[in-house]
Amino acid sequence: MAGELVLLDFWPSPFGMRSRIALAEKGIPYEYREEDLRNKSDLLLQMNPVHKKIPVLIHNGKPVCESVIQVQYIDEVWHDKAPLIPSDPYQRAVARFWVDFIDKKIYELGSKIWKTKGEEQANAKKEFIECLKLLEGELGDKTYFGGESLGYVDVALVPFYSWFYAYEKCGDFSIEAECPKMIAWVKRCMQKESVAKSLPDQEKVYEFILQLKKVFGIE
Amino acid sequence: MGEEVKVFGYWASPYSYRAELALKLKGVSYEYINEDIFGNKSDLLLKYNPVHKKVPVLLHNGKPIVESLVILEYVEETWKHNPYLPQDPYDKATARFWIKFIDEKCFPTLWLAAWSAENEREKVTNEACEYLKTLESALNGKKFFGGETIGMVDIVASSVGYFIRVTQEIMGQNLLSADKFPQLFQWSEDFANCSIVKESLPPRDKLLPFVKGLIAKYQQDNAKA
Repeated sequence: MAGELVLLDFWPSPFGMRSRIALAEKGIPYEYREEDLRNKSDLLLQMNPVHKKIPVLIHNGKPVCESVIQVQYIDEVWHDKAPLIPSDPYQRAVARFWVDFIDKKIYELGSKIWKTKGEEQANAKKEFIECLKLLEGELGDKTYFGGESLGYVDVALVPFYSWFYAYEKCGDFSIEAECPKMIAWVKRCMQKESVAKSLPDQEKVYEFILQLKKVFGIE
Repeated sequence: MGEEVKVFGYWASPYSYRAELALKLKGVSYEYINEDIFGNKSDLLLKYNPVHKKVPVLLHNGKPIVESLVILEYVEETWKHNPYLPQDPYDKATARFWIKFIDEKCFPTLWLAAWSAENEREKVTNEACEYLKTLESALNGKKFFGGETIGMVDIVASSVGYFIRVTQEIMGQNLLSADKFPQLFQWSEDFANCSIVKESLPPRDKLLPFVKGLIAKYQQDNAKA
């Protein structure tokens, strides 16, 4: 059933991390291939001609693009191991809602925090914290968003933790001070091998952001 | 079974339409509540969708489901007859890919092409044409994106096939034309001619003046800025 599985990815991508975590949670072996986004491989361009982006999951030669679609695909194909998405339709809808919310807000706001300054940055920080607080509300007293085990929302959100240090340094604020419950949840997730091994070191991500800022001429 | 199904929507909203078409395809009866989204949103809407405060909202036995694509997946999983998503995980992933493409790239860019200022319009229009070309390739000789019958991709593509076509008529643009995109154009005709689609689409003679009014107001507001 596993067949040949390849993940085309880029080490700091929170989207790629989602698929890494999903595959690790289910104990599915795969080949990880690092892409140089300034020099994309022929395989990437062939497998994702529409967007030319990572991550791309290639299963028996057939590509699955977009991280949320990959996580759902992985959960459906390897449904008997560590299920990530609830089986009840209403619980699934709730999980999908929050993943959609994360996709619409977290990456874009986070990008604004490291890319901008002044009022634009201040607004982005404010909204970013508001979003995290909404997510804290959804988490409530649960161990994970998925309940007692990692779920779809956990997998979609936790990769952004690897960028928190970069956001904090660029935005001069503390996420833990504003959202302690969120950080407590992150720490629980990081105790899982599937998460810890899939996320890069925060300092490395910060160095990467600093390089990007130089390249883009951002102060 | 005594199920209570309600849709909070807006008659001219392409997103709201998706939810209604899905329920009709499944033969599910529902109560429709039209929200005054440009005026006063009801307390119920704000209660059921506190995060985004938008339509559509599907209420099933008192539980709210929001975001049109989330609603589509929920309806498919709850009422299993007349499926509109493939069973095979890979085919399902492919359908979801095109749905995301329409929602994030195709539809917003086409919408923007109608509204954007003269100096930006050419660039946006070119981008929109590229997206239409890509979308047409997804049809791949089939009658509908779902094959012989309407699937979830078709439901989502109604935003492009119907709502955008109406908007373009007003703007005197003709991006989705028979000569530029013959397959896609044919699809939009076939889609709009399905009886279940025809009976539920907002009528053109109502939609045209409405969108005209929206665009005029937008241009007015932007001229002042």
